[in-house]
Amino acid sequence: MSGGIVAPVRRPLVEGQKTYHQITEDLCAPTERTPSTAWVLAFILAASTMAFGVFCVLWTIWMGIGTWNLNRTIGWGYDITNFVWWIGIGHAGTLISAILMLFRQRWRTGVNRAAEAMTIFAVICAAIFPLIHVGRIWVVFYFFPYPNTRGALWPNFNSPLLWDVFAISTYFSVSLLFWYTGLVPDFATVRNRAKGLRKKIYNSLSFGWTGSAKHWQRWESLSLVLAGLSTPLVLSVHTIVSFDFATSVIPGWHTTIFPPYFVAGAIFSGFAMVQTLMVLTRKILKLEEYITIEHIESMNKVILVTGTIVGVAYLTELFIAWYSGYVYEQFAFFNRAMGVYWWSYFGMMACNVISPQLFWVRKFRRSVFVTFFMSIFVNIGMWFERFVIIATTLARDYLPSSWSYYRPTWVEIGIFVGTIGLFFTLYLIFVRVAPVVAIAEVKHILKVGGDQFIGDKAHAQKSHEHHAVHHHEHH
Amino acid sequence: MRKLNKDVIYGIYSDEEILLHAVRDARNRHLEIMDVYSPFPVHGLDQALGLSESRLHQAGFVYGTIGALIGFLGMTWMMTCDWPIIFGGKPYWPVPSFIPIVFEMTVLFSAWGMTITFYTICGLWPGVENPQLDLRTTDDKFCIAFDRNEVPDEAARRFFADSGADEVNYKNI
Repeated sequence: MSGGIVAPVRRPLVEGQKTYHQITEDLCAPTERTPSTAWVLAFILAASTMAFGVFCVLWTIWMGIGTWNLNRTIGWGYDITNFVWWIGIGHAGTLISAILMLFRQRWRTGVNRAAEAMTIFAVICAAIFPLIHVGRIWVVFYFFPYPNTRGALWPNFNSPLLWDVFAISTYFSVSLLFWYTGLVPDFATVRNRAKGLRKKIYNSLSFGWTGSAKHWQRWESLSLVLAGLSTPLVLSVHTIVSFDFATSVIPGWHTTIFPPYFVAGAIFSGFAMVQTLMVLTRKILKLEEYITIEHIESMNKVILVTGTIVGVAYLTELFIAWYSGYVYEQFAFFNRAMGVYWWSYFGMMACNVISPQLFWVRKFRRSVFVTFFMSIFVNIGMWFERFVIIATTLARDYLPSSWSYYRPTWVEIGIFVGTIGLFFTLYLIFVRVAPVVAIAEVKHILKVGGDQFIGDKAHAQKSHEHHAVHHHEHH
Repeated sequence: MRKLNKDVIYGIYSDEEILLHAVRDARNRHLEIMDVYSPFPVHGLDQALGLSESRLHQAGFVYGTIGALIGFLGMTWMMTCDWPIIFGGKPYWPVPSFIPIVFEMTVLFSAWGMTITFYTICGLWPGVENPQLDLRTTDDKFCIAFDRNEVPDEAARRFFADSGADEVNYKNI
């Protein structure tokens, strides 16, 4: 009834013969119990790493961009590499929550909440880099076209860098709305189990949600339209990020393949980060029955597909560079593979193109161990990809007299490591405060995804089907 | 706590399929349902209740159009009237360059407008304490509520007994 007809090949998405009440118990529990030692240790580690990152950011702002190893040739280094890396990671959350919602993929319910949270935290980490790399963060509001006393002098609306300002800020705020609107009913569930001050806090967080039929109807309508808006939005964000490169006249950047190639890479790296988080989350919070091997396998399939698209894009770039007959373009790609940064190109190819091919094997797709290490590989590989595109290309430009080599200072490394600390600090707070798996949405798919209804362990499956058919005829 | 000062009789159900049958049954008996509460969106409940389709998406279209117009007309005014500048030999009015920002403005206005509208018309906001009939309706129970001024207790109790309600309660909210 609550979900229509399910194909017999579908595997269960909720294991352990759950009832609605059991789902509430299981998914609220992580916010209600005292944090485990593992959580506390992880939080201390993440928060200290973040603290070092904060120090490095303040150091940069205080001393100036000279604390980085950027030079006249290489104007973008770790800063933009890390920016593109984090923004790309964010894309998986929106893909899971919005695109899979439009495609009615029920497995999204197990992972969408955490993936959307990951999107928001990744975009926060990403946004730090353009803000500090402009050098004078105290006048960063010049980005926005507001009536000013400088004449009024407006920003250049022809510039992809300005498009990026609009794209990233829209992406962040719309993702936040989408995520929070999904959280509201679940906060109400937590509220109704709480007492005293905790009840007051969660009532505020839940906006006074009651679960009235009209509210649910509007909530579903809102979710659907937000998904419909987020889908082109997420594609536009990495497209515009790729415009930052593609609209320049630097060999190796000035290519029309960049938008689809960047979007595929973004989804690829984002799913890898979702896997890293999910493998740890399901284990530590004991949510294996909600984030099942089915979920992990589905995401590994996405990693395989997008990884292969990325591989095809790399080869297309090489082919077009050769086919163009343009020596600077040809040199740019020769230099990537054979030049001073050959190791980053090798790392990119090995981690992004070759290693995900393991996922053609079902056993590897369904192995938590392989998935975890693969997710780390892909994260590293996609970081190398951005480094290859940015640093390698800039280090060898048109004029051999301005060729240079770039290696980061401790400040740049500190900021990068600090954003990883920030990301995990936010995530660890999130798993304590909010239900990591969307409670209402899992209940919504229970009758079509629970292992008592479908799959090998389903009991009375025949009679259930019979009931459904009978019911259908009845109307 | 907001007070509606309504005397309510409500029945608790433990399954959404029973609930859906009950809602149809109540409508056949011409009992006016005050509200139904559920822990998750029940598929088909709005049709069974005869709720009109939400017009939220139409509002979203209007907000999006406003955003697109502000973006497009704003950039046009800034770049052609207020302070025209030639950037790299491009025309003063570079319409293709406007596409990304117009798109982002459309999405931004539509999403924020719809979300704010949603919370406002539902009476949901931080700090609001809406009256709840039964705390279990955010957990595993479903609830049909009647206003006792609209529906006589006798008819309501008979309906709850016939439609498979687990329990029947009274409450003033």
